[in-house]
Amino acid sequence: MRIGVDIGSTTIKLAALSDDGQLLFSKYERHYSQIALKLLALLKELKEFSPHLSTAKVAVSGSAALGIADRCGLQFVQEVFAEKIATEKLQPQTDVVIELGGEDAKILFLGRHFDACMNDSCAGGTGAFIDQMAALLNVETKAMNELALAATDTCTIASRCGVFAKSDVQPLLNQGAAKTDLAASIFQAVASQAITGLAKGRPIKGSVLYLGGPLTFMSKLRDCFDAKLHVKGLCPENSLFYVAIGAALCAEETADLEALPELLRTASNVSSLAYASPLFADEEEYAAFSERHRKATVPTSPLAQATTAFLGVDSGSTTIKIALIDEECRLLASFYQSNKGNPVVAVKNYLAKLYEDYPDLKILASAATGYGEDLIRHAFGLDYGIVETMAHFFAARHLRPDVDFILDIGGQDIKCLKIHNRAIDNIFLNEACSSGCGSFLQTFAEILGYDTQTFAQLGLFAEKPVDLGSRCTVFMNSGVKQAQKDGISVNNISAGLSMSIIKNALYKVIRPGSKESIGRHIVVQGGTFLNDCVLRAFEKEMGQEVTRPNIAGLMGAFGAALHAREKYLADPKPTDTLNAMQLAAFFHKVLTVTCGLCSNHCHLTVNTFAGGRRFISGNRCERPITHCDPDDSFNLYRYKLTLLEDLRKARRPDAPLGSIGLPLGLNMYELLPFWHCLLTELGFDVVVSPIENKNIYGDGQDTIPSDTVCYPAKLMHGHIKWLLRQGLQHIFYPCMTYNVAEKGTDNCYNCPVVAYYPEVLKANIHDLSQVHCYFDYLSLNDPKILAKHLEAMLEEDFPTVERKDIRLALAKAYDAYDAYLQKVRAKGLEMMAEARRLKKPIIVMAGRPYHIDPKVDHGLDRLLTTMGAAVISEDAVAPLMPPQEVFADLHVLNQWTYHSRLYAAARYVTEHDDCQLVQFVNFGCGCDAITADECRRILEEKGRIYTQLKIDDIENLGAAKIRLRSLFSAAGLPAAD
Amino acid sequence: MTSSASWPIFTEEMRKTHTILIPDMLPLHFSLIQAVLEAAGYKAAILKNEGRQVIDAGLRYVNNDICYPAQLVIGQFIDALQSGNYDLQHVALLLSQTGGGCRASNYIYLLRKGLEKAGLTGIPVISFNVAGLEGQPGFKLTFKMARKLLAAVVYGDLLMYLTNKVRPYEKVQGAADALARKWLQSLGQNFKDSGAPSFGTLKRSCLAIAKDFATLPTKAVKKIKVGIVGEIYIKFAALGNNHLERFLQSQNCEYMLPGLLHFLIYCVDTYVVDYKLYGGRLTNYLANAAAKWYLQRLEKVMRKALAKAPFSPPSSYEETKALVKGIIGYGNNMGEGWLLTAEMLELAHHGYNNIICCQPFGCLPNHIAGRGMINRVKELADHINVIAIDYDGSASQVNQENRIKLMLATAQR
Repeated sequence: MRIGVDIGSTTIKLAALSDDGQLLFSKYERHYSQIALKLLALLKELKEFSPHLSTAKVAVSGSAALGIADRCGLQFVQEVFAEKIATEKLQPQTDVVIELGGEDAKILFLGRHFDACMNDSCAGGTGAFIDQMAALLNVETKAMNELALAATDTCTIASRCGVFAKSDVQPLLNQGAAKTDLAASIFQAVASQAITGLAKGRPIKGSVLYLGGPLTFMSKLRDCFDAKLHVKGLCPENSLFYVAIGAALCAEETADLEALPELLRTASNVSSLAYASPLFADEEEYAAFSERHRKATVPTSPLAQATTAFLGVDSGSTTIKIALIDEECRLLASFYQSNKGNPVVAVKNYLAKLYEDYPDLKILASAATGYGEDLIRHAFGLDYGIVETMAHFFAARHLRPDVDFILDIGGQDIKCLKIHNRAIDNIFLNEACSSGCGSFLQTFAEILGYDTQTFAQLGLFAEKPVDLGSRCTVFMNSGVKQAQKDGISVNNISAGLSMSIIKNALYKVIRPGSKESIGRHIVVQGGTFLNDCVLRAFEKEMGQEVTRPNIAGLMGAFGAALHAREKYLADPKPTDTLNAMQLAAFFHKVLTVTCGLCSNHCHLTVNTFAGGRRFISGNRCERPITHCDPDDSFNLYRYKLTLLEDLRKARRPDAPLGSIGLPLGLNMYELLPFWHCLLTELGFDVVVSPIENKNIYGDGQDTIPSDTVCYPAKLMHGHIKWLLRQGLQHIFYPCMTYNVAEKGTDNCYNCPVVAYYPEVLKANIHDLSQVHCYFDYLSLNDPKILAKHLEAMLEEDFPTVERKDIRLALAKAYDAYDAYLQKVRAKGLEMMAEARRLKKPIIVMAGRPYHIDPKVDHGLDRLLTTMGAAVISEDAVAPLMPPQEVFADLHVLNQWTYHSRLYAAARYVTEHDDCQLVQFVNFGCGCDAITADECRRILEEKGRIYTQLKIDDIENLGAAKIRLRSLFSAAGLPAAD
Repeated sequence: MTSSASWPIFTEEMRKTHTILIPDMLPLHFSLIQAVLEAAGYKAAILKNEGRQVIDAGLRYVNNDICYPAQLVIGQFIDALQSGNYDLQHVALLLSQTGGGCRASNYIYLLRKGLEKAGLTGIPVISFNVAGLEGQPGFKLTFKMARKLLAAVVYGDLLMYLTNKVRPYEKVQGAADALARKWLQSLGQNFKDSGAPSFGTLKRSCLAIAKDFATLPTKAVKKIKVGIVGEIYIKFAALGNNHLERFLQSQNCEYMLPGLLHFLIYCVDTYVVDYKLYGGRLTNYLANAAAKWYLQRLEKVMRKALAKAPFSPPSSYEETKALVKGIIGYGNNMGEGWLLTAEMLELAHHGYNNIICCQPFGCLPNHIAGRGMINRVKELADHINVIAIDYDGSASQVNQENRIKLMLATAQR
């Protein structure tokens, strides 16, 4: 007999074959990281099946099998190789295998050019991701399929990586999107992620085979793959066991099955992982720790005796929190519950019960905060809304007036507030990519088979907490995988995860210069800190004691209640909060529609409540609500776009040299006026790819070779495809090592991606080989040399173009470029003058020229203008600063043109109190690791607030909104609510 | 224009009193470089500290979004300074600065920012570069020292090539490495005892080394041949690539790394190419063209010695460069630029059909010349197997090794 064992990240599979390769026995089970034990159990079952078996050829495979193989001296077969062998034997006609596993996704191209792709270190997800999403939707993983089958519509969910998708799903859920549609959308995201992230441009066609758990159990997921690939794939019999069967087929070494159990039992837990010291030395230390934290309690008063109350509701990403306080700020009642995917129901039930139990209680005022703030406020007529950072600050300040630092780790996000002079001085929020927080811990506990509290308790006395690194959750998944492989106990994994969360918060989000600089009176809050392991890990990492209020999880709601109280005391007006009668008649209907008012086609979620009140979410502008065009009179981003749009329209159908295409992305956003003028003057009809086109990204997605490159670069693939679809025979997109030289900088490079992206396009978009590509290396800094290169470039295809024509055209092009810059600057000055007259806050949205692309900035410019600000771009204010002055005190090498404008813009803001700076940073932008720190330094040295918005292909603006509202609050700006 | 005025300068006097710390990248080369510095009157130490605390120091004192090599190198410096092994009043740090559009040109600034955060502000930082980016009066790259350093690179490349060629097949385990150590000793001593080696001396030494290796007894077995390309630090430094070479040895492969000299020629060639594309100062162009000529002469010495020994020598710089003509532009020269793509093809040309492209997570130039070109490279040479592996403070070693194992598993059949 031949035995193959496949030990994956979550499950273990065993297949026993007869010597001629027939499958005799197979079995799979989740192993909850108890790999040796589960394997023993499986072997026992095999023994029952075949009692006389004493030796067999055995091989193990799978991502968690290496350790066992080493320790028990078993043959190891690489899992993809095993899968290949099994497929070639069982389904020889197969061209492509797609396998989704617990934490891996693989695509195998069979045939002569065998190739295998596995997911990159940052694209975790798949099986475990679906588990996590199911937990989020509060359904069993099994139920996902049925939900998805009943879907009527799908929403856009970022497909790049699991964490991103999660931050899309959560707000949709809070906004009331239907679970059925979400389930289907999640499947679509998984399919899109697997295909684009893995195949990297290699076409998937022919006979496709689906393997692995998720694709076996979820027919709708297979449908999603079918639809995306335009094929009808096959999910064969035994699709779960291909790796195990392959391993069995490869097994060459005979193992003694009698001795194996003993080997497994005694296999020592040798590990290559690093360990940290235990959280607590002994029970005594823990007792002292618990005693100390018991002191931070909020005064309470019995609800039964109260006649009036203030209500605070914090509708978080996964939980709903409610606090009732009296006029003395004493806590009357509180409520903390998972929102089970529907916060409205949770709040309604709570209020109904409250009115029923305490019919005489009068709510004087109410406020909502958190992700679901708007929804809850509209649903129940709450009087005030408050951005969650401020709510947390109010609560912490109430408890500890001398607080100088607040760290809040909630289900989905980390918020850090630096307090100075009893006001928020600085805010750090985690980026979408590092949101491995509370809900992550919860999901992990569940994957390992525990509830959150038990899981936390397990870690308290772990002897050797495992070091799991400090990046995002997906990386932590791999770390846990390695820990499991090495047989680390759940106790040590639990403690290790707690430490990772703390390190993530400290070194990824807060990034303190030194621990001492964080603060001396630190308040930690958020549900995650109710976990003593996390709290202890933080104290240990910081080397100081901190305050954790007993209502750590409720602080948002408590702060909202305090806010309601304060507002009421300042202006006691009757509350709009639904009363018992109104609540009895309460209903909530959700409808999803696609907005047709512009080319964005936002998926709107329309919530209708009793009394006909409506709340629309998912919109990126005010149009579906106000039915007016957005007002762009204080929006320099849009002004630049209209200038470019005018150029796009300036076609010359009768041009003697015919049409030539220009992709509008990256540096083309600034140089379009130059190239457009040059080519038009030379006699071309210039075709520019569109600005407003939703499908651009998706169109080119399958040709992107590196999925960690920035989003603006990825968009270029779609622009090229669009140009090719127009039937253009000539495409112009030069490589540019050097950007335009501006005064005072150390050099004038482009970043490597902007400089050389044409090369990537040429190497990965096949159809480009059929047309003439003018992707030459050019620079604008020496007109004579440029003329020479242009002549050489055009010589072959357009022999009539002469050097002197080029020189003349170039002269005009330089003028056109200058005129464009002047126009933008003049308009910027005009807008700022007018804004100052009207006392509007001015926000300098500092980014790159290509950040004006609405697909890149996701309409954040308009979000700011609706908040009442004037939006100015960095290139309009940078020239206002004398270069010598700005660049003399930089602490970096100032060698990129676009980036040096950021420094100048930051300096401008420090000298103008009516301006604030918001920096756009694309995920994966390496250069901004440098510029962000420097801009922060420039601003903070002058006591100004630095705000960064990390953007990617995520559609949801929730986090950005919080950040901007926090900025408005912290800077004391009047915000139009 | 950028200010570094407030930072302590490495003065003339410090030459005698201060130990210059240098992060390791290529153990063979750097031990010779240390000898050259010592011969010139400097005190130098190559940093070998590694492990979790190095990565942690990097995470703590450097922006976490910066490239992994910067985190490692700066982490290694700060970890060493905090270890108590050095007298902080008498150390200086040396870091190479490439110049060019890559983020790497900024490492030195990041190092200063990191040191400032760690409260280590009194320590001079020396930028080692040829672009004239920062001056330090106490550290002068004299002509003699430069020639010696280049000789060290030639010897280093030669020893690296020979050990990689011979080690997998040696009859006596450890013989190749022992022989390399023996040569390092005597070459290092030569640097201290005499002036910069003349071309004649270089020729003789190279031939002697190559012949010495040719006499090592080997066995005729077939092994999988693996080529390693990638970002310069990650591909060479064991700290960066989780001891990739040790892992490949354990997997019973023959592996090959293109030498450092190619990269140096590429660096000066960059200025030659840019002059032709964009113009610039003629003197600058001439200086670099001369440097290129000199480096290529060195290359010739090494290749001839190998051929005579006899070993099949690696491709010359010009041969390697010709491999990517029409595939990627020579103007693509930030970071490793076109050379990275060319090296994949070069290695495949020499039978190293399984190529590992090592890169720091999110490395910008690698988006273009590494990952961006893999599909194209496979089109040109469909028998080769290329995998790109990301290295990062938190990427798990299991994942990395699993991918390499997959590559090896498919290579066998």
